[in-house]
Amino acid sequence: MTARIQIPAQAKPGEVIEIRVLIQHPMETGYRYDDAGKPIPRNTIRTLNCRYDGIEIFSAELGPGIGANPYLQFTTVARASGDVEFSWVDDEGVAGSERQRLVVA
Amino acid sequence: MERRVPGSEQMNWLRAALLAALISSCAVISSAEDRAIPLNQLRSGSEFLSPELRALQADAFANPGMLWVERGAKLWSTPAGSAGQSCASCHQDAAKTMRGVAASYPRVDAKSGFLLNVEARINQCRSERQAVAPFRYESDDLLSLTAYVNSFSKDYKINVVIDGNAETYFEAGRTLYYRRSGQMNLSCAQCHEENWGKNLYAERISQGHPNAYPAYRMEWQSMGSLERRLRACLSGVRAEMLPYGAQEYRNLALFLAWRAQGLPMESPGIRR
Repeated sequence: MTARIQIPAQAKPGEVIEIRVLIQHPMETGYRYDDAGKPIPRNTIRTLNCRYDGIEIFSAELGPGIGANPYLQFTTVARASGDVEFSWVDDEGVAGSERQRLVVA
Repeated sequence: MERRVPGSEQMNWLRAALLAALISSCAVISSAEDRAIPLNQLRSGSEFLSPELRALQADAFANPGMLWVERGAKLWSTPAGSAGQSCASCHQDAAKTMRGVAASYPRVDAKSGFLLNVEARINQCRSERQAVAPFRYESDDLLSLTAYVNSFSKDYKINVVIDGNAETYFEAGRTLYYRRSGQMNLSCAQCHEENWGKNLYAERISQGHPNAYPAYRMEWQSMGSLERRLRACLSGVRAEMLPYGAQEYRNLALFLAWRAQGLPMESPGIRR
């Protein structure tokens, strides 16, 4: 699983920053059938959350209504230097995570 | 009664010979430059997209094709096989060595005489240099490495060689392009040359250029190769889908690249 995070490398204290995340995932709905007619089991990302400097700032529950390779974007206020870390779990129990350092000065 | 001038027979013969020579030289020029869509009227597939999808393609972060490019970057320097060779062991920094390379593919491999696309070239390296099994067609690994290599040709203009030992492949591709097939009995040209820009159900028919591939297609929700796209067209006209890796796809790809000569490469592109 490849994932990409985009945050500014540096921000001023109190500055509103944009955080973007793109995760490679099939987001299989469970409603489709393969070429042999067998149902393809559902496999979507269930939960996704983002911690900034150890504190959860964003979380989402995803499901079959979200297309493959989900892309999310939101904003937060830069307070102190720390890691922005995303972690997620899918239906098969596969967990992924990705982090990037934000320097506030 | 017509008055005959001495020597006029000879003059007429000379004129006819000159005319014949002129016509044949024109014919030679037109067969090499016989483009159904003139070069100045080429329109990339991205011009047929919605503004939202065009914006997605232009966004170097949100473009989902970049996930494959990123994975390809990792594969580039991952050793494979008993010799522990990676792509980077021979080709070093792809940003330098692969610059513009994909814009000249498909091209004929000088040693074997085979027509290779980028996918086939990567697999050739795997079997000959790294001594490992070739990547499966449409596997994420092969798509990723291809997308990575092609990404260094972004904005380079397509420029393929069609003469010399490529000529037979090119002519075979051209023949295939204009041949009707499938239950719909349609040739590629009937949609993409005679009717591009018109509506087919809810879609606008594009000119059918290969410059975005491997591309992320919304319909697939995934990255896919040009071969996969060609299979989709074959399925659309209800023709038999040739297996992946078939020579016909590469011949056709060479013809398509020549048709799109001068169009900038867009891979990883976004398509409907």
